[in-house]
Amino acid sequence: MTEMWINMGPQHPMTHGLWNLRIKVDGETITDSEPVIGYLHRGWEKEVENRTYPQIIPMSDRLCYGSSFTWSHVYCMAVEDLMGLEVPEKAKWIRAMSDELQRIGNHLMWLAAIGPDLGNLTIFLYAIREREMFLDLFQALCGARMTYNYCRIGGVRNDAPPNWERDVLRTLDYFEKRINEYEDLVDRNAVFRMRMEGLAYLSGKDAVNLGVTGPSLRGSGVKFDVRENDPYEVYDEIDWHMCTRDEGDVYARYRVRIDEMRMSVQIVRDILKKMPKSGPIRVKTPRNAPVGTGIGRMEDPRGESFMYVIGDGSDKPYRLKVRSPFFVTLSAAPHMLKGYKVADVPSIMGMLDVCMGETDR
Amino acid sequence: MAESTIYTIEQVKSRISEAFPTAVKFVNKEKPRRLFMTAEKGSLLELCKLLRDQLGFEHCSLVCGVDRIDRFQCVYHISSIANKIVAEIVVDLPKENPEIDSVTPLWEGANWHERETYDMFGFIFVGHPKLERILLPEDVTFFPMRKDFKVGGI
Amino acid sequence: MYIDIWQFLGGLVHWLLVDIIGPILGWIGFHGLESWLGSPGVLNFVTILLVALIVFTVGMLVAITHIWQERKTLGRLMDRRGTQVGPIGLFQNFADGLKVLVKEAIIPDAADPLVYNAAPVIIIGVSLFMFVTIPYSQGFYVANPQMSVLLTLAIFSLVPFGVLIGGWASNNKYTLIGGLRAAAQIIAYEIPLLLSVIGVIILAGSLNFMDIVAYQQSHVWMVVPMILGFVVFIISMNAELERVPFDLPEAEAELVEGWMTEFGGMKFGLIMMSEYARGFVGASIATLLFLGGWDMPSFLQFIPDELWFLAKVFAVFGLFIWIRGAMPRVRTDQILAIGWKRLLPLAAINIFIAIIFKTLGWF
Repeated sequence: MTEMWINMGPQHPMTHGLWNLRIKVDGETITDSEPVIGYLHRGWEKEVENRTYPQIIPMSDRLCYGSSFTWSHVYCMAVEDLMGLEVPEKAKWIRAMSDELQRIGNHLMWLAAIGPDLGNLTIFLYAIREREMFLDLFQALCGARMTYNYCRIGGVRNDAPPNWERDVLRTLDYFEKRINEYEDLVDRNAVFRMRMEGLAYLSGKDAVNLGVTGPSLRGSGVKFDVRENDPYEVYDEIDWHMCTRDEGDVYARYRVRIDEMRMSVQIVRDILKKMPKSGPIRVKTPRNAPVGTGIGRMEDPRGESFMYVIGDGSDKPYRLKVRSPFFVTLSAAPHMLKGYKVADVPSIMGMLDVCMGETDR
Repeated sequence: MAESTIYTIEQVKSRISEAFPTAVKFVNKEKPRRLFMTAEKGSLLELCKLLRDQLGFEHCSLVCGVDRIDRFQCVYHISSIANKIVAEIVVDLPKENPEIDSVTPLWEGANWHERETYDMFGFIFVGHPKLERILLPEDVTFFPMRKDFKVGGI
Repeated sequence: MYIDIWQFLGGLVHWLLVDIIGPILGWIGFHGLESWLGSPGVLNFVTILLVALIVFTVGMLVAITHIWQERKTLGRLMDRRGTQVGPIGLFQNFADGLKVLVKEAIIPDAADPLVYNAAPVIIIGVSLFMFVTIPYSQGFYVANPQMSVLLTLAIFSLVPFGVLIGGWASNNKYTLIGGLRAAAQIIAYEIPLLLSVIGVIILAGSLNFMDIVAYQQSHVWMVVPMILGFVVFIISMNAELERVPFDLPEAEAELVEGWMTEFGGMKFGLIMMSEYARGFVGASIATLLFLGGWDMPSFLQFIPDELWFLAKVFAVFGLFIWIRGAMPRVRTDQILAIGWKRLLPLAAINIFIAIIFKTLGWF
């Protein structure tokens, strides 16, 4: 069979969004590939230049439906860095806790998505079922299920509701048992292992050079996690460790994410133990930002998310640049896909946790 | 990757000012784990080579374009995993001819960032493997993130 | 206890044509027509038509019930409810059938219309053809040829032809790859399937379903000595039916819907239906060859044979559904590796075991 280009997308079950993966196949083997993005481009960075700082918080929520809290968090961190604000102690703990709950929710969304990718719907419904509990927690915390609008410049919007600690601990206890169920379904299933092991190998050196971050990078054995390398909020006081695997294949990325869910459970428990019971949760913020620059950098569920904001003395940012972790990870896709089969495309791309909202912005 | 030596911010600063006495200037701004500097256009690639090969900055976080009305700026955020430092390099570009050396040969991760910056600002990255529009369609003739492109209706 | 459909319908037709319509015609004056209607050839022909119609209807109803069973069981496995239309969701399939029936019949511009239209006909025709040789009991069957096992499996292997030309005629890259995959996979799994059946044939000494069931009634269910063959058979049958661990011809994640991407409306409905019809036939073959057909414990003799047979078929199909609920999809090269490197040697070992048992006279 001669070589041919196949368009996987923009409307394709594999894409989990709106993008196009053009692959060049020789028989069933991929010889070249090229991601085509921009279908969801809505001019986010231009649009925020015409919004005041507080107006951008709900917009940053909508960068990614799966991990909206982390995006508003990184935005608020960037603006606080620009304005030179110090966040109250309690707000820091609440933010870190919300980050981790969001990370679990997002990883569950990813786990749900790889199920249909690999041809098994059961894991999809199981993961969605548990994600519902974390959405309920967020609903109790801030009243919304997907786009929270919870983070504020200089703190968070409101304190945790009554019985919050009890609800969270109960959910976490239940969820820990469910993770074992996922492992029974996936790790102990030979066919799942066959589909994941030895695929899309990336050495640590290549992965760093390609700009891959997050669980995909830690699956290649590189110890890079913004929570540890550049601790923000209260992560240097929390008892946790980084989850890495050395294999560098799809299965390692899967394992890192599952381990991270366990680690997030541990972190949230630790936070609930150490969190101050009372105190201010928000500081008064100036309306106009000073002239200067600010950086927000944090560990998104997908990797290193980074916002660079320039203020010009007015109440609107002069420039706000977003580093989307998946934007860079996607640029590394041709390196991961080359030499593998067409049937591996969903499992390789699904394991990167696709989110096009933040990629196209 | 095998960088066993860990440099502090002062060491990095002294190494850079040794190599680039005039071309690179440090911004007087103190923040933990941050390093701020401005570089001249011509010395950017040499500076990046120094950072990557000798100082262990192996990760390119961000390439960002800024339109300062009278001039353009290209801002690089290069981070080091071992040193736990983020270095911010600001490069001024002339308005009429925004050409700069591409850092993609050093960090593959900068590839799409530079493409996006070209897409939005029209910077020409010399030596980039594939400088095409990425987010916008091929037939777009303007560069929307420049300040002279006005958003209608807001 | 069984229903002899031939005897029953033969009597019915004789009564209808000879005792009722014949005399009426004679009274009118058409004596020639009366004696022609009463001739054995005509009676036989009408009986065959009626038997085929009834067995076809039963088979299609069972296949539809399989769809319902799959939706309900998968729903329970996945912690959801499954279909909800009608009592316990039984009417969902009819609603779906009505929906695909009113859809516009679209032929893609680039497709080859003749082959494109012929492919679903071939697939559904071949699938329904297999109903003919499946006996539900000693008396409930359409045809009972001497080598019915061989005939059924031979018809089974005609399906990839329809899939391949259907995928090619749609003129789409996905369907082409899907069709090629289907052909490669079904041909590769044909061999272990046939080899796993050979052990049963050696032990029973016959190629006829009736004889094999009779042997199991007098001796032991074949699944006991031929457990290896049963496992190989179930796995290969899953691959033949393109069900989930081996459903890569229609791998929706990478190939959209595989070879049936371009088929819409009732063509898609028919292909879908034929898959479950084949699923029913596959489960029936497994029941007949390995699980004793309509054999039952002696104290439960009052339940009709046909119901026993169908109960076992539903159990085997339930096994297929369970596998589907637990497994992801296998990759193309892995599927061929499993077929050639694992199942084929196992099937060969199974034949060896069957020969030893037969020689020693154990079973």
